[in-house]
Amino acid sequence: MTKGARSGQRTAYINARLLDPANGLDEAGALLTDGAVIADIGPRLFAEGPPEDAAVVDCGGLCLSPGLIDMRVFLGEPGAEHKETIASGSQAAAAGGVTTIIATPDTDPVIDNPALVEFVIRQAQDTAAINVLPMASITKGCEGAEIAEMGMLAAAGAVAFTDGQRTIGDASVMRRALAYASTFDLLIDHHAEEPDLAGDGCMNDGEVATRLGLAGIPAAAETIIVERDLRLVELTGARYHAAGLSTAGAVAAIREAKKRGLWVTCAIAPHHFALNELGIGDYRTFAKISPPLRSENDRQAMVDALKDGTIDVISSAHTPEDTESKRQPFARAAYGTVGLETLLPVAMELYHRGHLTLLEVIGRLTARPADLLGLACGRLERGAPADLLTFDPDMPWRIDAEALRSKAKNSAFDGHPVQGRAIRTIVAGEQVYSAMDAA
Amino acid sequence: MDAPRTIDFPHRHLLDIEGLSAQDISALLSLSETYVELSRRTEKKLSHLRGRTQINLFFETSTRTRTSFELAGKRLGADVINMSVEGSAIKKGETLIDTAMTLNAMQPDVMVVRHHDSGAVDLLAQKVQGSVINAGDGSHAHPTQALLDALTILRRRKTLAGLLVAICGDVLHSRVARSNILLFNTMGARVRVVAPPTLLPTAVERLGVEVHHDMRTGLKDADIVMMLRLQTERMQGSFVPSPREYFHFYGLDRQKLACAKDDALIMHPGPMNRGVEIDTDVADDIDRSVIREQVEMGVAVRMACLDALMRSNAAARAERAA
Repeated sequence: MTKGARSGQRTAYINARLLDPANGLDEAGALLTDGAVIADIGPRLFAEGPPEDAAVVDCGGLCLSPGLIDMRVFLGEPGAEHKETIASGSQAAAAGGVTTIIATPDTDPVIDNPALVEFVIRQAQDTAAINVLPMASITKGCEGAEIAEMGMLAAAGAVAFTDGQRTIGDASVMRRALAYASTFDLLIDHHAEEPDLAGDGCMNDGEVATRLGLAGIPAAAETIIVERDLRLVELTGARYHAAGLSTAGAVAAIREAKKRGLWVTCAIAPHHFALNELGIGDYRTFAKISPPLRSENDRQAMVDALKDGTIDVISSAHTPEDTESKRQPFARAAYGTVGLETLLPVAMELYHRGHLTLLEVIGRLTARPADLLGLACGRLERGAPADLLTFDPDMPWRIDAEALRSKAKNSAFDGHPVQGRAIRTIVAGEQVYSAMDAA
Repeated sequence: MDAPRTIDFPHRHLLDIEGLSAQDISALLSLSETYVELSRRTEKKLSHLRGRTQINLFFETSTRTRTSFELAGKRLGADVINMSVEGSAIKKGETLIDTAMTLNAMQPDVMVVRHHDSGAVDLLAQKVQGSVINAGDGSHAHPTQALLDALTILRRRKTLAGLLVAICGDVLHSRVARSNILLFNTMGARVRVVAPPTLLPTAVERLGVEVHHDMRTGLKDADIVMMLRLQTERMQGSFVPSPREYFHFYGLDRQKLACAKDDALIMHPGPMNRGVEIDTDVADDIDRSVIREQVEMGVAVRMACLDALMRSNAAARAERAA
């Protein structure tokens, strides 16, 4: 699939509420794309009407923002194509307003050599509706023992490094990984959960786990790793990003580290500010997620950390699982929830409840991840990629897992009423999704 | 026993004590009483459940519980099939739903299920047409054990309300403890748990129990001393330093028992680790230990549960058909 509009092919998006967090812009106006890039933008653009040679899209007053950048997405390709392929994941992304996916490397095989990075990039170019950028593993095979060839992997196109849902338990390995990554100024994205303390736990440790007779993962398992990693960042000066945090203790540690001037950032998945451990109910395996859904106190602390800017990024932690992996006794069921198509509406909760402004929510989904990864997208500027999203921030609807475009239907939000929906998704100047066509 | 009583039991399954009202529990216990008498007769067989099929599906080894359910079904006249999936080469989790669907196709009226994973019996119950009785799932629930414990106590005490029950030992891994805590709280008893912190689940006090780490204070003035088996098979890693140290601090012996009321009853769900959580001398004390009676009450309680579920379901079916 060759992506993008040809140069000279122009589209005028008029009558829009322009939202550009990178420049603090929230104003009515218009935008012009030329080929794959943004040609012009502004509140007073087309005061005399759009250019005659341009196709016109009337946004009808809806929001026009950069397309979303999802920093943590598991695609089943290679190795688990029955759960999700790059193609199916990209369709789900387009329907959710996501124009760039950062794919985790914990596939089968693990993306730990340059040829595999190239495979993902090539496969994405051939089959994906949107941009798919690979992360590579920090350690070979995500086994937490030997550092992968980070320099060559980065040269091949890996945008950041992570061991996916695995945590590097060995502090000396982590120290060396951070030190080595700092040589090339690479971003280390780490899933923080002390593996021995988590043990065979499968949900948050506490009263609910006790009642259900399930082994718990204490909040301290996350805090311990984040605190350890922050000490190692101090030793090594690496760029560190804590993936999908869930606990009050961990965000407090990040907040304090930022105050001390460390270069650290962190992300959260929507389920960790929108749901708590009670979502598990009577052993609902769709709510079995890593890190686990936490207590209500933790959930509130996550909202506070989003408000004060401690949490930089909202990413979906999209983890497709087939029915067989989820239709199991809770302790045996696979971890994870799909999230690409629910990222925007669930994030909108933060706006509708008055925790964040619309621009702040969108910033954590666009400009902020673009900054961390050094991407040109994620902003509405002349010359930037024409990766765009028009959305209705208020539209009420109910999430129906069966209606999702993702191959997998394991949504923790199945049945939830939400507000906000992607209307058009544009990648490189070309429309890849329209809610009007989907309906 | 010739004109069987029916009871009003508005549940399709018996999966947990949670969700049962005090009335439900009392109804089951008083029906159980009638079956205690029956089981002591020479002629023990009834025909209430003649023509009904009961499948005992055990994914985890059990001798006493399975035998108890088997006897209970047979004494009521049901056709009883035992299926033991434990130790089969197939991975247990994978077979659960398939096994349930396969057996369901054989139209059993009731399935009695034990599984090593918490929640597994709930999951299975969602997939079958008949009734399901939870015979123990992971560390979650073992409702018939809690009921038989209550029945055993009620044969020695007028009421459960106001009794002080001390549940001692491996509460962390114990489904028996969880179900008993729920039942005793529902019936108005006071519950204590007594164990080292390594054997107590997080936030256990939120279940409505007093927490003690010392047997002497934990047993003080207790009416009932319920010992739990140290479940070494569920333990990965070290929860207590050694059986000998455990017995020293938490094993029930004469000295520690002296802290409880003079007529306190000693209970244990079995099988016992003698010399680990309980001293043989105490376990076999015929004046104080009701451990053997618990086994006898088990059959009566399971008869009542089978009867209540199958007959109330039959009534519901007849109503729907009418």
